[in-house]
Amino acid sequence: MSDLVAKDLSMVFDVDTGGQVHALNNVNFTLKSGELLSVLGPSGCGKTTLLNIIAGFNHPTGGAVYLGDEEIKGPGVNRGMVFQQGALFEWLTVSENVDFGLRMKGTDPKKSKKMVDEWLDIVGLAGFGDIPTYQLSGGMQQRIALARCLINDPDLILMDEPLGALDALTREKMQSLVLKIWKETGKTIMIITHSVEEALLLGERLFVMAPRPGRLHKEYNLPFAERGVTEDTRDIKNSEEFIETREEILTMIWDMEEEIMGQV
Amino acid sequence: MFDFLFEYRGLIVGTIFIALIATVIWAIFYGRNLIRTERTDAVFGNPERALGGWHWVITGVSAILIVWIYFSWDAARAFNPKAANELCQVGKLSSAINPIRSTFPLDDGFLKGTSLLVRENKQLNGLADQVERLGFSDAEKSKAKETIDLMRKAIIGMTSPEFLDSATDAKFKEIVSKIDGLTSKLADQNYPGDPTAEQIAAAEKNPRWGDSGNEIPAAPASPRGYKFDAAAKEMKTIATDFSKIRNNNSNFLAQVEKLKGQIASLDTLVQASPGTDELLVANRADFVKGLTRVLRRVDDGNIFPPDALNNVQSALVNLDKEQKNQQGGLRYYDALMMPGGEIRAGSNSCSEQGSGRWLPKPSDTLRTFARISDPEIGYKGYPLLWYKMKPFGEMVDFIVPDFISSLVPGHYPRHDTNGIVTPNFKSKVRDFATGNFESFKVPMPSGHVWDSLLRVLAGLFFGIILGVPLGLFMGLSRFSKGFFDPLIELYRPVPPLAWAPLILTIFGIGDDGKIFLLFMVAFAIMVISARTGATGTHLSKIHAAHSLGATNRQILRKVILPNSLPEILTGIRIAIGVCWGTLVAAEMLAGTTGIGFVENVARKQSDYEIIWTTIIILGLLGLLFDLMMRWVIDKFIPWRGKG
Repeated sequence: MSDLVAKDLSMVFDVDTGGQVHALNNVNFTLKSGELLSVLGPSGCGKTTLLNIIAGFNHPTGGAVYLGDEEIKGPGVNRGMVFQQGALFEWLTVSENVDFGLRMKGTDPKKSKKMVDEWLDIVGLAGFGDIPTYQLSGGMQQRIALARCLINDPDLILMDEPLGALDALTREKMQSLVLKIWKETGKTIMIITHSVEEALLLGERLFVMAPRPGRLHKEYNLPFAERGVTEDTRDIKNSEEFIETREEILTMIWDMEEEIMGQV
Repeated sequence: MFDFLFEYRGLIVGTIFIALIATVIWAIFYGRNLIRTERTDAVFGNPERALGGWHWVITGVSAILIVWIYFSWDAARAFNPKAANELCQVGKLSSAINPIRSTFPLDDGFLKGTSLLVRENKQLNGLADQVERLGFSDAEKSKAKETIDLMRKAIIGMTSPEFLDSATDAKFKEIVSKIDGLTSKLADQNYPGDPTAEQIAAAEKNPRWGDSGNEIPAAPASPRGYKFDAAAKEMKTIATDFSKIRNNNSNFLAQVEKLKGQIASLDTLVQASPGTDELLVANRADFVKGLTRVLRRVDDGNIFPPDALNNVQSALVNLDKEQKNQQGGLRYYDALMMPGGEIRAGSNSCSEQGSGRWLPKPSDTLRTFARISDPEIGYKGYPLLWYKMKPFGEMVDFIVPDFISSLVPGHYPRHDTNGIVTPNFKSKVRDFATGNFESFKVPMPSGHVWDSLLRVLAGLFFGIILGVPLGLFMGLSRFSKGFFDPLIELYRPVPPLAWAPLILTIFGIGDDGKIFLLFMVAFAIMVISARTGATGTHLSKIHAAHSLGATNRQILRKVILPNSLPEILTGIRIAIGVCWGTLVAAEMLAGTTGIGFVENVARKQSDYEIIWTTIIILGLLGLLFDLMMRWVIDKFIPWRGKG
């Protein structure tokens, strides 16, 4: 296992109307192996840009990201991605989606069949293997996306608002699933989210980012994720400590939003 | 095959026609009843109001068939097969009356003499206007004016009743009495007496209505038919007599003689003093010619005093009344059951005109279709849809290029001194490549429909295998998009038929040109649809595939290609339609086989049954293609629009 290190990460976009936007400005952090990080911030603060750079889809204009000893220069199997809307291949069945990565590597079909069954079992979709994905609900599709990403055994899992499009009930179930997987596999996970509650619950560490220029505003170390593995997530959400932190962060983000509005 | 059924066509068509009308009536009542019991479609604008309604589908189909059977006069033929023959005799009488009828304002319009007068007066006025402008000398001018005045006087010589010859008047009276005689004969039940043996023989030799295209059995075969046939013959002589009557009264003739001299002297006067202006000379000559022409027409003597023909006219009106009376129910059958046209009699035959002509009867169309479907008959000696045993060698010849034998080292054998040629390996290879060897035979498709079908499929095939990859690359690469876009956008907007003359000239009238034309059509459509598909791939899917370790080639094959399938299949569906239309038109332009060729030949021969048969075949094939593509789309991309 290896750590994720971001050094002086900057990203500057040219804008059509002239001028430049600093999506990221001198971002530095280290994410240790096995840590669960959630990233929160108002829209336009560079969360997704950060994620895309780590995934290797974009190249930073300044600085670099290292996973272990290697600098990230492009997309790779060692970093799995889960997107807001499954991004499943709807022309494939559930199991064909899940073993997509294995097939690309040319894994023995017998072996991959066994792995697919195992992972479908873990995400709670045992027996759904032969169903076309477009027939499944949004929550089920996200479970497939999780399984598809995990079956490749990546060092780091990147999630871009993975639960954003789900209804409240499914969302809570999926939050528990993410915690369960984190604990059982010990993977490093980085989650980007809009929801403060989700960020608190799914973050051993939590970055609050600020816009213009995009930067790390504040970092928290939180106990809720650890507790969520064993305790009921709803009890945690109702605990005083949770509510206090939530209000603090909400106020912070509100202030940022107002600041943005003022600038405009 | 259908000849047996065709014997009973009247019974079958009649039954079907009545059944169809019954179906429509049933469906209307069923629909009303449905509205009363099911009130799901209460509010206007609710799309649910359009759901269901299979009985309306039946009604719609029935209505089309009813209209077809009715307007093609198939129903008329089914219920009264003899009507056409009788109407043919009526038509004979009516065309015999026509020469006299055209003289009178029987239906609506001017008396023929009046129309002539209007025309001649207009001409004379025009000529009178010209006199001043032709640069005539005074002598010429006065001569010209005098001539025109004389001409007017000559016309008055015809229209004035006091000059009318008593002989002419007597001729009119004779015509009147002949017409009156015919009218009373028509009213007589026994006219024209029993048919002669020849007439009966001719009637028996009559073909049936529709046995040969639009022609109608012409020989009279019923009492009413004999009557009208006989009347038509008598009327013909009366009409001939009438048309010989001229208004040649002595006064008029004297005027004409005078005029002839007048014009001749004017002509010599004009000739004697030619001007230098060529245009003026030509105009003067035209002026004299114009006068001569008016005189020639007036000289025909077709203009009579206004009331001279009154008796003839009223006699004719009486005759017309009587013949209508004698037609009896036939007249109403004609009006009701033979809409959109009439039966017209020519010199020796009768034929259907109007919708009865250009809309072939369903039963005839079916028979024609059955006839040309027979591979032994086909169309122009070529079946519609059949097979032919062809030696395997022909296929080898087609597939293996001939030049491979030239690649074999050595020389072709040369004859020896005894004149014998011993084949060697090189010549044997050549025999193989040119298909010149004994081989088994394999069935190959043969027929007009096959030819069209295979051309479309071949054009489509090449269009797809070349167009789809290029389209995908154009969606993904800046170079291919920029480089190939101008090329495609330059030729694609040109209607395919505009290319046809050029392509067919280059490639010849065989299959090559048509396949290439269709390839051009399909290629552009496939490129554009594949490109749209590739461009429309959701970025997150590409990202997902990348982070799952797929290589660029794998992403192209496993993500972008399947993701573009809906657009590609839609493109194929469009391409089939456009190719089909282009092919038929191209076959009409040039070629010796194919459905378009069949229709074009049928058009030249005015063979409406074949034309409609090809239209129906084309429609059914188009429908078949579309159903096939719908099935393919449902089968292979059920996830379309659900990503």
